[in-house]
Amino acid sequence: MSRQSPDPAPGRRSFLTEALAIACGGLATLTPVAAGVWAFLDPLRRKGGAASFLPVTELAAVPDDGVPRQFAVIAERADAWTGFAAEPIGAVYLRRGKGSDTVEALSATCPHAGCFVEMEPTGRCFRCPCHNSTFTLEGGIVAPSPSPRPMDGLECRVAKNGSVEVKWERFRAGVAEKIVQ
Amino acid sequence: MKSSSAAAAGSRKGPLGRLADFLDDRTGYRAVMHEALYERVPGGARWRYVWGSTLVFAFMTQLITGLFLWASYSASAQTAWESVYYIQHEMAGGWLLRGIHHFMAQAMVVLLALHLLQVVIDGAYRAPREVNFWLGLVLMMLVLGMALTGYLLPWDQKGYWATIVATNLAGIVPVFGPSIQQLVIGGTEYGHHTLTRFFALHAGFLPGALILMLVVHLSLFRKHGLHAKQPITKPDAMFWPDQVLKDAVAMLAVMAVVLGVILVPALKAMLAGEPVHAGHLGAELGAPADPSLPYAAARPEWYFLFLFQFLKVFEGWGATGEFLGAIVVPGLIMGVMFLMPILGNWKLGHRFNVAFTLGVIAGAGLLTALALNEDYYALWVDKAPLAEAQKLYDETGGDEAKLTAALGGDKAKLAAIEKQWETLEKIRRSQAFLDAAKQAKLDAARAIELAGRPEKIPPAGMLELVRADAKLQGPRLFAQHCASCHAHVDPQAPAAAAILAKSSAANLFEFGRASWMRGLLDPAQVAGPAYFGNTAHKDGDMVSFVQGDLADADQWKKDDIEAVIVAMAGEAGLAAPGVQPAMLEKGRALVADGERCGGCHKVGDNGTALGSAPDLTGWGSREWLVGIITDPTHERFYGDSNDRMPSFGKAAEGAAPMLSPQQIGLLADWLRGEWYRP
Ligand code: FES
Repeated sequence: MSRQSPDPAPGRRSFLTEALAIACGGLATLTPVAAGVWAFLDPLRRKGGAASFLPVTELAAVPDDGVPRQFAVIAERADAWTGFAAEPIGAVYLRRGKGSDTVEALSATCPHAGCFVEMEPTGRCFRCPCHNSTFTLEGGIVAPSPSPRPMDGLECRVAKNGSVEVKWERFRAGVAEKIVQ
Repeated sequence: MKSSSAAAAGSRKGPLGRLADFLDDRTGYRAVMHEALYERVPGGARWRYVWGSTLVFAFMTQLITGLFLWASYSASAQTAWESVYYIQHEMAGGWLLRGIHHFMAQAMVVLLALHLLQVVIDGAYRAPREVNFWLGLVLMMLVLGMALTGYLLPWDQKGYWATIVATNLAGIVPVFGPSIQQLVIGGTEYGHHTLTRFFALHAGFLPGALILMLVVHLSLFRKHGLHAKQPITKPDAMFWPDQVLKDAVAMLAVMAVVLGVILVPALKAMLAGEPVHAGHLGAELGAPADPSLPYAAARPEWYFLFLFQFLKVFEGWGATGEFLGAIVVPGLIMGVMFLMPILGNWKLGHRFNVAFTLGVIAGAGLLTALALNEDYYALWVDKAPLAEAQKLYDETGGDEAKLTAALGGDKAKLAAIEKQWETLEKIRRSQAFLDAAKQAKLDAARAIELAGRPEKIPPAGMLELVRADAKLQGPRLFAQHCASCHAHVDPQAPAAAAILAKSSAANLFEFGRASWMRGLLDPAQVAGPAYFGNTAHKDGDMVSFVQGDLADADQWKKDDIEAVIVAMAGEAGLAAPGVQPAMLEKGRALVADGERCGGCHKVGDNGTALGSAPDLTGWGSREWLVGIITDPTHERFYGDSNDRMPSFGKAAEGAAPMLSPQQIGLLADWLRGEWYRP
């Protein structure tokens, strides 16, 4: 190693070499990165299934006393490669007024940040255990509230055979408007 | 010395230049970059120095693709295959990601061999670089360890069985072997913890150790400088940009080869005008691991094939042989390699090192070729000259005494034929491998087809679905339990006659369909080998009825027979689409008629008593088939006149029946051709 110390050859030739080296090296390295990012972005292609009415319970099982009761929503579910037979996928509160044949449904998911809203033990209001948002039995907001909007109502209908069906939807959390997710 | 470009960037003082100055003030990155890039390359940049860099590049590729794969992989016995299936067949670009990871791993093994060869030939292990050479050997073993552990992760048949062999070999190490084996597989059985441990090794411990060693390897390399190939004829150059360009071109070439391997099948398909399925490109995914299903196509990845073949040298030595072949000899070879830097101090020692390395690589190449030749022998051997030997083999059943007798004591001929028998044996073994490999491909394709159902994979995993699939399990159950008597062959197939001649019960091909019934009611066939010819019913009532009454055009018009055929397929629920209801009705009436079929057979409520002939109600339906397979001696079927057929679903008190209800159902479904079709 006793040769002359070579200064990096200046000029066009050197620039060309540098540019080529960066181009080749960059292209080679970007290939696996591109493949990785492509696969990593796959979830963005996937859409939630269209909302559909799911049978939740029988009309007779919802007492007509104006007090909401909690019911599990049961449906078949797919998770990446696994297909699950019918199982609980969430919960709703159903409420029926005195002598009424219609049922109102509230999603149990808190509009603030998605925690599970519970009934107060007194049965007088809803309270979310995460940041203490409080809601009336109709789902209305009780100020001051971290939640920007009332509890999310869900479309609900009673079929001829008395089955109570709820349109199962999720909404974006943390915003004042009710936007389907 | 400041680099010209850095100085220029400083003097221009654009916003970028000022940002660079700011960063350099606080980090000193320019000095680091300078240190990294302006390394002297004695004698100038050369292509022979690229191997180390391509290896680093290959490793980086594995790191990048591996991390992204990690984001979608799930290591457990119920989710490993399933998540890899999802990556390969359902995620956009998953096939490319996995393909690069799979083939770059193989490229890495090749590059390792080239790098080692170049270092040894150039004598680059000599003082003061001994430690770095040893580090290199450790790095090589780490890479091989990652290859070995990665092979299992998809949890398919191929990886599963290859890993069983590898871990059992670890188990024969004296004293600690069994404990090592148990630790590696996470217990005594292969399952969840085998996968979690292999995954942790593959993606954590081994690459972690590799990165540490690589850092030391590279810094030692920089400390000692590049070992220049003598004699030096050209002026020195700097690592940047001259050598970097050569390195970068080599990296790009490696990546191009890997992409080529993945994409060439797509190109071929496109040129042939066939549709391209992205999921079928890149790395293979076999059928899910099934401990209950033998896998005769089990082979390690190609770069371990030489070890696999090497072990055969010690066949017949028992555990000692395996210990020698799998541990002692490879250990000795590694030992010699570790001694190379010391041996290399002598001129003769260096020559020995070069010869030894070349010898090992050539030996491995030869063993690989031998292994491939054994497996694929049947494909390229000329079988024509072996015709006579094959004939003699068939006649004598491979019995030597009979052969001697057949040849009338012709010693020379005997020796020649026996030699040819050896060749025939090799062909048979190779054919068995080829058949198994073909079957493995079919099984894999079917598993992937099933996984793609809209219902997806059950929570218990893919194996449950595979085991409940009539198309996959039917032929296996049939071969195991039914084929010793029954044939299942298309009568039009070229080999049908030979197969039927060997069978001793009815051919069940398309049983339940009109084609089968048409043969049964054909006077020329009913007593043939496809129906009652080789059974106790050969001279029974049915045969005489078909050959007598049915053959008599006055008693049975052609149309009537055809109506019966259609009606029977209807009983089975397998009537051809578009059959006329009137025809079905007419056939049903004929079958039930006490003057015709109904004279012996009960059908529905035609009043005929059971016992004289099988009940034709729902003949050939799933329920009927399950019934007869479960117990043919039931009065509904053959009763006392049952000919040899076992009652597969019946067992003595406390014993298990030969076939479970699920298995019998699978057989019935398969015979009826009922399975999931996409
Ligand atoms: S999530 Fe319910 S209050 Fe914050």
